[in-house]
Amino acid sequence: MTAHSEASAHSFDAKSLKANRSSSRNLFNIVMTGLAGLCILLALIPLVLVLFYVFANGFNRLDLDLFTQLPPPPGGTGGGIANAIGGTVIVVAISTIISVPIGVLCAIWLSEFGGDDTSIDEYVRFGVNILAGVPSIIAGVFIYGIMVRPGRPGYSALAGGVALAVLMLPTIIRTADEALKIVPQEIRWAALGVGASKYQTVLKVVLPAAIPAILTGVTLAIARAAGETAPLIFTALFSPFRFNGITQPIATLAVLVYNFATLPFKAQQELAWAASLILVLMVLLTSIIARFATRQKTY
Amino acid sequence: MVDTMPKSGTMTDVVLRAKECDIYYGSYKAVRDVSIDIPRNKITAFIGPSGCGKSTVLRCFNRLNDLIESFSLKGKMTYHGQDLYAPDVDPVEVRRRIGMVFQKPNPFPKTIYDNIAYGPRISGYKGDMDELVETSLRRAVLWDEVKDKLQESGFSLSGGQQQRLCIARTIAVQPEVVLMDEPCAALDPISTLKVEELMKELVQNYTIIIVTHNMQQATRVADYTAFYNAQVTEEAGGKVGYLAEFDSTEKIFNDPEQESTRDYVTGRFG
Repeated sequence: MTAHSEASAHSFDAKSLKANRSSSRNLFNIVMTGLAGLCILLALIPLVLVLFYVFANGFNRLDLDLFTQLPPPPGGTGGGIANAIGGTVIVVAISTIISVPIGVLCAIWLSEFGGDDTSIDEYVRFGVNILAGVPSIIAGVFIYGIMVRPGRPGYSALAGGVALAVLMLPTIIRTADEALKIVPQEIRWAALGVGASKYQTVLKVVLPAAIPAILTGVTLAIARAAGETAPLIFTALFSPFRFNGITQPIATLAVLVYNFATLPFKAQQELAWAASLILVLMVLLTSIIARFATRQKTY
Repeated sequence: MVDTMPKSGTMTDVVLRAKECDIYYGSYKAVRDVSIDIPRNKITAFIGPSGCGKSTVLRCFNRLNDLIESFSLKGKMTYHGQDLYAPDVDPVEVRRRIGMVFQKPNPFPKTIYDNIAYGPRISGYKGDMDELVETSLRRAVLWDEVKDKLQESGFSLSGGQQQRLCIARTIAVQPEVVLMDEPCAALDPISTLKVEELMKELVQNYTIIIVTHNMQQATRVADYTAFYNAQVTEEAGGKVGYLAEFDSTEKIFNDPEQESTRDYVTGRFG
């Protein structure tokens, strides 16, 4: 034992352990760290500028009128975007009501019931991924073709909600699928072991455990949908009036920004900035809620 | 060949019976030719080296293997003479009568109370739920430790307490048989002892089968012991499990008939 440790001690040279800052390895380290840091700054510049710009231009119209009044007629002054704020909430609510049950049940099938034939699972997951990559304007055209074009019911809040639901579906399916897969298999065995049927297991044990993560996915999907403009332009259209039933065209924040920002009237331009600010704040708020929801996770 | 009945001792009542059972995963034969009678209100231990099929056989008794796609069973398994695998048998009903405790404590992500109440609730229990929860926890010797925090999460308990919670959850649905798949593998020695004492309590009302890698545990708790062994084969998978010997625990550990049993229980392999 002693002989062995002496031998190994002698086989090393007694080199200095002090850091040599000018060695090429350490120089490379410093340069690469600096480069990576620079890229972070570059990536953050657009975010900071956008936020700054929107705040700077939208902040002075952030008053009570904004939330209670309708937009003024061209050439008028003041006014608000009450109809668009309410409209965005209504359209997003419609799309959530449609997409959440379908998305979550689809995820339940994928994660809990699709096992009999894994190839079908794969096709469905592949399809969902493709749907996630479909440009939002295509979703709009699709719903336009089904619900809006001449001979069909026409522009409506409902059509806008359905178009957004198409966009929300893949996000919800994917996050819910992942959330369900994280729930340990042992929990399912345990539920079956006390005599639960498959659906009793899924609905009362697996799903509650996955709810926080599913909520996160839903909130992110909502945040994305709330900011979509393209699919709404030719489904929900726009309305200068207040909410008038889900079968009528409806104003939304995103479309209001699109319509007003390029108008030659100062009041409308100001409202477009204020609407942008409200939209950014809504997305920020939902992201924070999503963060909060994930913190409650079970597994 | 192995006899169905344990060789020594008299058994009056057979709860579970396997007769010439072969168990397959796809084309791979995992277990061959198992015939065993599980006596009522006794603890039967399944011992043997890894991969000998003892857990596989255990899971067949409450049809938990149904969850594995490629699983298939040849032979007959009966519960009080009823074929467990008859086409008109509902596996959910089977599992209500034949409960299971797993290797890793796996409480539901619910309160302690709801962990116990879940099973009775879904099977439409109409009686006093508070009372049932208390009785089940008392039987699992956990009541005194949790009575003041029934509304806390099951995860707040220690590993040993969680396992006793899982046992309480299993007996709350009032099964006749409790299958235990290495219930103490994840527990420290003191918790293990508590679970073993609990098993001895429970056996007055239940029939228990326990899979264990711990031979001392088998000698401490089991009335009967079945030794499973694995055999190298030419077929896919390379080895197949079989029941080598089934007898009273005393006989298995002191004077087994088979050479392989003796080698295993004296620690010469496995």
